[in-house]
Amino acid sequence: MTNTRPVSTGERLARGGIYAILIAAALVYLLPLAVMLLTSVKTLDDIRTGNILSLPVEIVFDAWHKAWSNACTGVSCNGVSGFFWNSFQIVIPAVLISTFVGALNGYALTKWRFKGSELFFALMLFGCFIPFQVVLLPMAQTLGYVGLANTTTGLVFVHVVYGIAFTTLFFRNFYVGIPNELVLAAKLDGAGFFTIFWRILLPVSAPIIVVCIIWQFTQIWNDFLFGVVFSGQDTKPITVALNNLVNTTTGVKEYNVDMAAAIIAALPTLVVYVAAGKYFVRGLTAGAVKG
Amino acid sequence: MSNNNAALKSGADGLVQPAAAPRRFSNRLQDWLPQIVLAPSFLISLVFVYGFIIWTAVLSFTNSRMLPNYSNFVGFDQYVRLFENDRWAVAATNLLIFGSLFMLICLLLGAFMAVLLDQKIRQEGAIRTIYLYPMALSFIVTGTAWKWILNPGLGLEKMMHDWGFTQFTFDWLVNPDMAKYTLVIAAVWQSSGFVMAMFLAGLRGVDNSMIKAAQLDGASMPTIYRRIVLPCLRPVLFSAVMILAHIAIKSFDLVMALTGGGPGYSTDLPATFMYAHAFTRSQIGLGSASAMMMLAGVLAILVPYLYSELRSKRND
Repeated sequence: MTNTRPVSTGERLARGGIYAILIAAALVYLLPLAVMLLTSVKTLDDIRTGNILSLPVEIVFDAWHKAWSNACTGVSCNGVSGFFWNSFQIVIPAVLISTFVGALNGYALTKWRFKGSELFFALMLFGCFIPFQVVLLPMAQTLGYVGLANTTTGLVFVHVVYGIAFTTLFFRNFYVGIPNELVLAAKLDGAGFFTIFWRILLPVSAPIIVVCIIWQFTQIWNDFLFGVVFSGQDTKPITVALNNLVNTTTGVKEYNVDMAAAIIAALPTLVVYVAAGKYFVRGLTAGAVKG
Repeated sequence: MSNNNAALKSGADGLVQPAAAPRRFSNRLQDWLPQIVLAPSFLISLVFVYGFIIWTAVLSFTNSRMLPNYSNFVGFDQYVRLFENDRWAVAATNLLIFGSLFMLICLLLGAFMAVLLDQKIRQEGAIRTIYLYPMALSFIVTGTAWKWILNPGLGLEKMMHDWGFTQFTFDWLVNPDMAKYTLVIAAVWQSSGFVMAMFLAGLRGVDNSMIKAAQLDGASMPTIYRRIVLPCLRPVLFSAVMILAHIAIKSFDLVMALTGGGPGYSTDLPATFMYAHAFTRSQIGLGSASAMMMLAGVLAILVPYLYSELRSKRND
């Protein structure tokens, strides 16, 4: 698109075509969200007479209220609100701990290389890739032994244990790009391990900390496998509650309540994504591309 | 290196210290700090990753049913049972079909849209945000939404009927032969934007001067893409394949939310097979064997990848 030559008709057509495809694709991506929103503010009658994309005859929030406070999720019928807060209780400590440990690990692995540090990293990296099914049974037994079965603490523990491989990877890849000269100079000045971390590395780590927190938040909030295996009746995270709600088959299927609950479950990660999308993308690509 | 610095330092402090004298305890502690800091993570990964894998392997050689039972070893019996099991055969085949379709479509769509988005598009940021937001959702949310959209009675089918296409039928969700493809639809919807973002980042990393030079030589845009840009994207393609394969093998929540493994067990994947046998059908031995097979599947992809990664690191 240089300005030195006139834009030909063919080129203009091509660009029109590109925009048409991009916008059509955007609509396809937005469709499910639109369907969810529309369905959640309809009455059941409205759902039956209209279709998934028809506008509601009247906008009602009954389904939202029911999903939040008195829809049935398995045996209890108190809506998803309690489970929504459960998820926060699991996510916040797990994210903070795993991010902190990852930062220290990444720092130690890049700025204090020692014999075997690469091997150690490779050993840890493996933890990013294992299918978690291969640790579920031993973990269930172990949590039982130490009395953490079905507890929030147990779930936090599990998420930290299997999260630090990722957080270490993030910080290691970020710190590799920080010039060693700074650290070397500080070492010559006599600064110790933690001084260098606090004074030199941490002040420039803001982007990777945000990336890491967002990544971990999304991963742990959206987790279902650990939630369904290790949580108890009162400690279920929102994803498990949502799945129970949708699959509870008593009486009439209330699609509007299902959709309202699904949006509630999606809201925190969506808010994070909209507020900090740039970092979200960076996390996905930084973790992936540089791997 | 750090040892020398520490030694230099204690000299510079003006402490009277012969060069050969044993260094102070705090200095020695400093030298070991990196290892001390890494030790807990090392232990965690040793116990909870490697130890637990061995533990699961041990379980897979027992005939444990409802509770783990370590007294009755049956060798490879569980693996034999696994491979004679129809449901496992379905699950493994489904993974192959689902995984390859999901990866292929994601890669094609992702690369295509990244190239389109790379044409100095107005509002690129907004469009990118829209493409990528499904990645922020839980597969449970995605599954719930698509389960409703693909609902044979009230979903897409009814909408098409209302719009005048009365012949339109779409019953994949309840059709045992087609239900697995609904998993592909939902998973592609969720992950293709992510692949697009990866490719776009890769495209932006391509050296502009090379493209400029090619343009000056009169190369056309398609030629430039084919000969210069796409080869540069090889590492991105590699990582994308890794991540997508990983998502495919771990797919559990999507199946649970969208089809529940049904109709029958026609949409079972190894992950749901393992969960069903280990936690609801009291077949811990068989469940462990299936988990080990999942691990073997991951290793088959991972080992060549890590090998090439480490080799390229060494060349840096």
